[in-house]
Amino acid sequence: MFPAAFDYIRAHSAEEALAALAQHGAEARILAGGQSLIPAMRLRLARPAVLVDLGGVKDLGYLHEEGGELRVGAMTRDVTLERDANVRARYSLLTDTGAVVADPVVRCLGTVVGSLCHSDPSGDWGAAALAARAVMVARSASGERLIPIDEFLVDSFQTSLEEGELAVEVRFPTPDGRTHGSYQKIERKVGDYATAAAAVQITLGEDGRVTHAGVALTAAGPRPVRVDAAEKLLLGQLLTEDVIRAASEEARAASDPFADTRGSVEYKKDMARVLVARGLRASAARLGTGVTA
Amino acid sequence: MTATETTDTTLRTVTLNVNGQTIRQEVESRTLLAYALRDAGLKGTHVGCDTSSCGCCVVLLDGDTPAKSCTMFAVQAEGHQITTVEGLGSPGDLHPLQQAFWDQHGLQCGYCTPGMLMTAKAMLEHNPDPTDQEVREFLSGNLCRCTGYNNIVKAVQQAARVMRDEAQAQALAGMVPSTAEGGAQ
Repeated sequence: MFPAAFDYIRAHSAEEALAALAQHGAEARILAGGQSLIPAMRLRLARPAVLVDLGGVKDLGYLHEEGGELRVGAMTRDVTLERDANVRARYSLLTDTGAVVADPVVRCLGTVVGSLCHSDPSGDWGAAALAARAVMVARSASGERLIPIDEFLVDSFQTSLEEGELAVEVRFPTPDGRTHGSYQKIERKVGDYATAAAAVQITLGEDGRVTHAGVALTAAGPRPVRVDAAEKLLLGQLLTEDVIRAASEEARAASDPFADTRGSVEYKKDMARVLVARGLRASAARLGTGVTA
Repeated sequence: MTATETTDTTLRTVTLNVNGQTIRQEVESRTLLAYALRDAGLKGTHVGCDTSSCGCCVVLLDGDTPAKSCTMFAVQAEGHQITTVEGLGSPGDLHPLQQAFWDQHGLQCGYCTPGMLMTAKAMLEHNPDPTDQEVREFLSGNLCRCTGYNNIVKAVQQAARVMRDEAQAQALAGMVPSTAEGGAQ
């Protein structure tokens, strides 16, 4: 189906995009890769009156480390992370996630920042960003502000971006060598939304005990679910099978999915448990603890 | 266009560079690229599912980026070099991928074939020597409803071999000065 009619504006700089947002207010939507927004528009689930296309804003397509963070610009495609040797070597959570977002062709146009701004609770980047403690950078006429991803993802298809703000970047803390993660997903077929998925990121201290834990779930509530109880439980612990089992039980408790063709509530909750356990084992194996994935 | 201008919701003219040719067309902002291409007479770009799932509509942007043209507006494509299956080869001069799909019978009904060819072309640009598994993964967003996947994988591997050999031959030719043709100096 064709989308509802809209006015199209191609921005050539972030400033032009901000000017268009200022002029059109809540009527306007930003178009980045379009791989979530255009399907939603075709189904008439989204009917923006004005589309502001960032396709011409070349200087927002970047990927580099700076200040202890991986900085990903608003026009950086999923495929750019997927093919980046440094990301593949060091950012295991992001690498795992990037490999299962939609399908490879969609990932050639889809953007990480755009996916986060779409704020679909079934989108894979949300949970990954929560577990990695990502920070969004929002630019407006009055400057830039940093928004922790926890505060950015408010609800289904709703972020804390304010009117007139443009998300220009997402920042992922650079793993320090004692940090690894994993993204585990069950999908019915390639390119489908997750039946259930879990993002895990773990940092170990010199003594092998957990100094940081990030655990989050996809498709387990109205927004990606951060499993605080599992994170707290893991802190200060060795990654033993007992600890992994206990933490994964917290994921089941925190998961609040709805039943659909992908499965029942009980099934999805149990898969959240299974996937967090798998993610913790995979992270532990990558950290060389002797645990096998 | 400046940021303060908006287009109207009626027709506007887009200039598309398709297969090296310039096409000017009247479209609405909401016109999807797949339909604009087909309206321009390029019927090789197929619309299968219309839900971004099947990949029958894949075209290349700027040579090496596959794009589902049902999930892109024609207005977005301005400024990009677009390659459709018509730009890949011709009946008298098939691209190695087209020849391989022919040789290996990499199709049954053929509806998915243009998208398969374009996606495979994009993959081989970045990974000229893929494993069977890598071929399957990269083509996983392209559906063949006849389930002819095995021959499609064989075809892509044949094309990859031919294209590697061609690239190697070209590289060797480039290393030999033209004056050296026919023997060593």
